[in-house]
Amino acid sequence: MIDRALDSPLPIDVAIIGGGPAGLAAAVELKSRGVKRVLVLEREEQAGGIPRHCNHPPFGMREFRRVLTGPKYAARLVARAQKAGVEIQTLTTVTDVYPGGELAVASPAGTHLISARRVIYATGVREAPRSARLISGARVQGVVNTGALQSMVYLKGRRPFSRPVIVGSELVAFSALMTCRHAGIRPVAMIEAGPSATARWPSSLLPRLRQVQLHTATRLVAIKGARSVEAAVVSGPDGQEREIACDGVILTGEFTPEAALARCGHLDVDPATCGPVVDQWGRCSDPVYFATGNLLRPVETAGRSWAEGRKTGEWVARDLADGLPQPAGSLRITTRDPLLKYAMPQRICKSQPAGGMGEIQMRVTARVSGNLVARSENATVWRQALNSRPERRIEVAIADIVSRVSEGTVEFSIEEAAT
Amino acid sequence: MPDAQSKSQAENSQIPSRDLFDVVVIGAGVVGCAIARRFTLEGAKVAVVEKATDILDGASKANSAILHTGFDAPKGSLELECIRAGFHEYQEIRGELGLAQEKNGAFVVAWSPEEMGKLDGIVAQAHENGVEDVHLVDAKTLQSAEPNLSTQALGAVRVPQESIIDPWSSPYVYLRQALDNGAKVYLSCAVTRGEFDGESWRLETSRGDLRARTVVNCAGLYGDTVDSEVLGDAQFAIAPRKGQFVVFDKAAHDLVKSVILPVPTEVTKGVVVFRTVFGNLAVGPTAEEQDSRTDTSTDQDTLKALIAEGIAKVPALAGMPVTATYAGLRPATDRKEYRIFPNLEKNWITVGGIRSTGLSASLGIARHVYRLYEGFGRRHDALEAPEVPKAAALAHLLPRDWMSAGHGEIVCHCELVTRREIERALSGPLAARSMGGLKRQTRATMGRCQGFYCSARLAELTAEKFEQPVSEGIGHD
Ligand SMILES: Cc1cc2nc3c(=O)[nH]c(=O)nc-3n(C[C@H](O)[C@H](O)[C@H](O)COP(=O)(O)OP(=O)(O)OC[C@H]3O[C@@H](n4cnc5c(N)ncnc54)[C@H](O)[C@@H]3O)c2cc1C
Ligand SMILES: Cc1cc2nc3c(=O)[nH]c(=O)nc-3n(C[C@H](O)[C@H](O)[C@H](O)COP(=O)(O)OP(=O)(O)OC[C@H]3O[C@@H](n4cnc5c(N)ncnc54)[C@H](O)[C@@H]3O)c2cc1C
Repeated sequence: MIDRALDSPLPIDVAIIGGGPAGLAAAVELKSRGVKRVLVLEREEQAGGIPRHCNHPPFGMREFRRVLTGPKYAARLVARAQKAGVEIQTLTTVTDVYPGGELAVASPAGTHLISARRVIYATGVREAPRSARLISGARVQGVVNTGALQSMVYLKGRRPFSRPVIVGSELVAFSALMTCRHAGIRPVAMIEAGPSATARWPSSLLPRLRQVQLHTATRLVAIKGARSVEAAVVSGPDGQEREIACDGVILTGEFTPEAALARCGHLDVDPATCGPVVDQWGRCSDPVYFATGNLLRPVETAGRSWAEGRKTGEWVARDLADGLPQPAGSLRITTRDPLLKYAMPQRICKSQPAGGMGEIQMRVTARVSGNLVARSENATVWRQALNSRPERRIEVAIADIVSRVSEGTVEFSIEEAAT
Repeated sequence: MPDAQSKSQAENSQIPSRDLFDVVVIGAGVVGCAIARRFTLEGAKVAVVEKATDILDGASKANSAILHTGFDAPKGSLELECIRAGFHEYQEIRGELGLAQEKNGAFVVAWSPEEMGKLDGIVAQAHENGVEDVHLVDAKTLQSAEPNLSTQALGAVRVPQESIIDPWSSPYVYLRQALDNGAKVYLSCAVTRGEFDGESWRLETSRGDLRARTVVNCAGLYGDTVDSEVLGDAQFAIAPRKGQFVVFDKAAHDLVKSVILPVPTEVTKGVVVFRTVFGNLAVGPTAEEQDSRTDTSTDQDTLKALIAEGIAKVPALAGMPVTATYAGLRPATDRKEYRIFPNLEKNWITVGGIRSTGLSASLGIARHVYRLYEGFGRRHDALEAPEVPKAAALAHLLPRDWMSAGHGEIVCHCELVTRREIERALSGPLAARSMGGLKRQTRATMGRCQGFYCSARLAELTAEKFEQPVSEGIGHD
């Protein structure tokens, strides 16, 4: 399998980097639209992406009309893609991207250079590690992200500690809790730097959450330990520092796109999303490349990523058949307001503004109640009331903006915000 | 080096051998590794004892990985001599041992008129030190060589041959060459006491006794302790000096080509912006006195200050993701110079206080120490055709394992570490027995995700291999 697909002389119509929900959905959509050769390049042993190690529901409502666990959902996505005639190359890593759709690929069979008419870049998100968070203290064993914990527990039947502190309260922190439960790990506390839990915790799950105390307005100050974690030093609402004895730390959330290929390659990267710069079709600065799924921005659910992937499949099929509008002369979408985390897409192609994503996606960095404002050339062109909190989806119809601005840059900001 | 025996060596068993070694080297830091190699090549029967589970676990664990030319070393010092000899030998052996080296040179950059005033002196000293190609460059030349450097730079000294190397693969292969040619290594083996009977030493270790005609103390951060507890007299005291670093994403690698050095002050060489041979760009180190010989913790305010300093010098670093943070401890003493003392009465050589240039100087130190040993009247026949092992090729410009077929799988995606590399690192006489050892031998988990993607697979591949396991099976409670 490994050699056959990469060595085949048949031209590759679309190469997809990453076989998660978004990449697989795009692949199936392309096949259903008659695109001939669609090749998914996946570096793990199995395709399926992050859900492979999220051994809990709910996955699959949108895609399969039933509630599945992550691994079952991932397996179904793969089966559906295979049935549709998508070629999936596992244990195959894209190591570099080059202009025009050329990819350097490494597999156990060695290295290859492959070339595709279009490339869909769908490498998802990961959580920020300890180093990127600049956490103080001893650099000892026992500090892991949720994703690593899930893979260890669900894919390998192993656990790295037994009494950790969970840092963060996005939804993924709940997954961390579930994973601990499954592995007989007893978290000693969950801490959240913000004034309240970030996630809207499903009320049905709250009783289970209650077994672990959530400390809000509490920050991880440092990690202590000689060889492995012995305590987490935290600072609470009163500003006092204290130690929580523990043997591990789970760093949850703080998602960031896995955009290494873009960063180290020729594709523009948005410092706000940390994903590639795209237009409303997800087209990158090199228009042969399309980005989709959670790589676009942190962070959406598997279902949303899957739906985005399917759309991307549709747009790429259209691009191959008729050509999407030329990207030249696009509107630039930006934000410099520290209260806004990002705005995506970063470019809007005006010649056919109705196509593509339909909405500009945004997130706030803190609780906000005020107005979301779009400005162009120092004039306010659009304004809407906004009440939001971190990690809540914010969407602005592209049509609303494009009807008011025809060129240049549109900058979003928050006005009269009380935080 | 028969593998079966090496395996048993690695275990925490008693030292099997009743042999009398010509030389026992205490400590497998970079200095001990280089000395073991030199003595073995000269024909001595060598044993290396290291108290940690893996080698390079002390000062040599974390440094800037710069191979210095010696242009700024103290005039006429032993340190200068050793750096020069070390640099020279590194050039000689790097081909056959497969060592990494990127000779992109350095700029000592002046950021103020006062610093500008010091540049002439730096050039003069470099020339006196025998590094003749060092010269002044003006701001324009500097800017065209390093276009991403802040325009605040006023001028610089160019040091064409300063290089960056792999700080772990080099010492590993030094020791490896000693082992391949008959030396022994005893890990998890701390020397606690010793007795000299006028002819030879009986060293007590945590794994039993060991006999040696001559002892070389290369205990780094514990050099004074070993001298006072084993030899019975220490002429210096170690005052650990911590250096913290920030490593930026590989996307930052191309922002700067040369090593960007500051004009040094009396107290410190200052914070450096430098490439790593693994394809990153790093900023550091700090210089912080502390009592602890083990505490390599990092601290957020310091890391933020380092990032700010990096951005001030290379503005394009703003917003660049941080890949790693780390800290190393220099085995400093109350004096600047190396504390290398031969004790003729007791067949003992102390190699201490190798503070901040040990990686560069180690091969030169080894030659110097061998000459001191000859001064004891010892002679051996140098090996005529020694075994020549190859260093692990982890530097990004070397042919990496993932590029050739049959590696099994890529386990660590960020650093492209293969299963074959992991399996190799987990076997043989220097088999990794801790996560730290595995990282130094393979770079697994040292990339941008820091183990998000590969920790689970690594936990599986290393199960039952480490003294301090990364994980346990869920089955047993
Ligand atoms: C720890 C964690 C827990 C999560 N839990 C949930 C949850 O419970 N529910 C939910 O709805 N969402 C969850 N998410 C969000 C998750 O991102 C989405 O569910 C979904 O997986 C996004 O799909 P994707 O296809 O964009 O990316 P991914 O699922 O991340 O898939 C990307 C794929 O690309 C591959 N890849 C990456 N780089 C390369 C390369 N260079 N070459 C080849 N292949 C490559 C990866 O191996 C991976 O298979 C979680 C995310 C994380 C990080
Ligand atoms: C921040 C920083 C930056 C640096 N940058 C550079 C650079 O760019 N270039 C350069 O050339 N140098 C640099 N250095 C210096 C270099 O790292 C040191 O000079 C070198 O590592 C010292 O090595 P060592 O072998 O003397 O000591 P160590 O590495 O400490 O080795 C001593 C060993 O002895 C063992 N040991 C101790 N006691 C016992 C005992 N009783 N029994 C058995 N074993 C024992 C220890 O476990 C240890 O492994 C830097 C250092 C630091 C900290």
